[in-house]
Amino acid sequence: MSDVRLTIDGKEVTASRGMTLLDAAQSVGIAIPTLCHHPQLEPYGGCRICTVEAEQGGVTRLVASCIYQVAPGLVVRTRTEKVNRIRKVLLEEMLAHAPESEILLNLAQDYAADKDRFEKEPSFCIHCGLCVRYCAELKQKHAVGFIDRGAQREIHFIPEIAGQECWDCKECFPLCPTSALQAAYVLTEALLTPAKKPSCCS
Amino acid sequence: MESATIDQIIDKHRGEASSLIQIMLDIQGEHHWLPREALDRVSERLQVPMSRIKHIATFYKAFSLVPKGRHEVHVCMGTACHVRGAQRVLDTVQDLTGISPGETDPEMKFSLETVNCLGCCALGPVVELDGKHHGNIDPGQIATVLENCEQGKSQGPTTR
Ligand code: SF4
Ligand code: FES
Repeated sequence: MSDVRLTIDGKEVTASRGMTLLDAAQSVGIAIPTLCHHPQLEPYGGCRICTVEAEQGGVTRLVASCIYQVAPGLVVRTRTEKVNRIRKVLLEEMLAHAPESEILLNLAQDYAADKDRFEKEPSFCIHCGLCVRYCAELKQKHAVGFIDRGAQREIHFIPEIAGQECWDCKECFPLCPTSALQAAYVLTEALLTPAKKPSCCS
Repeated sequence: MESATIDQIIDKHRGEASSLIQIMLDIQGEHHWLPREALDRVSERLQVPMSRIKHIATFYKAFSLVPKGRHEVHVCMGTACHVRGAQRVLDTVQDLTGISPGETDPEMKFSLETVNCLGCCALGPVVELDGKHHGNIDPGQIATVLENCEQGKSQGPTTR
């Protein structure tokens, strides 16, 4: 595996081929905010909060650092005015959907994002896909998935699978940056309850 | 719904997971919706998780997870049809069938949907019935078109 030399925020960084910009930055102690990234899951690039500027051959592009791979001579800037502005607007948009999310509120402070900028539309889920991907990739249970598309997209537990698998697992709960996941699960559980035989009848 | 017909459809595609959407389309075409038992069978035979099937079934408008009528009526409400009186056409269809867009009548005869453009604006206003386009349609002709479809001859003033 050959080494790749690049610059991140003015620092010379040596990374190995195939690493993402996020990995490379973290290896030298440069923090980049992430929401949909999980080290044990396949790169996803859904939330875009990790956007950075990547310059190569005089051309600067905005890329998602959690999926963009290192390349020789790349010049990466993680905290430019433009990057900050993009993260700010993304946070403001996500806060319209999940106004009480602590993770989002903390990030909002860092980027001076106004949580009331956009009209509230509390759907809670920010479509990071962590729950769906964790269940599919690591647990291979596929108890939760996405349904619908675009603005209507939401997560959905498959009741039959959730009834069997989730009670003893719930490993996805702490991953959710909002409380959408728990809420969806509780609703599914409520739906399932009448189907279960009350213990008194066994 | 017999699982034999579902198996037939799956076999036709050699049970390959890569043919998932095609198989779902065939089931939709055959039964006018995707019954839960059919999807369970597909999931089992193709070894594709139900979460994935549900995602696809809700992603594409071509699929329905609720029963649909024997005949699908699509009224185009695109700009060109709109200015040529699509609203009156839609009102007439609603009056005749007794259902609103998104609904199916209790006899399971018609399902009504509005669409935003059928891609043949010059023929507006357009009603699509079971995949057949009826262009330049006049509200007065709609009753005949709807009646004809049940006799298997969706004729009337048809433009192809
Ligand atoms: S429910 Fe939570 S973890 Fe799942 S996609 Fe939505 S925000 Fe992410
Ligand atoms: S962390 Fe990179 S896109 Fe979400």
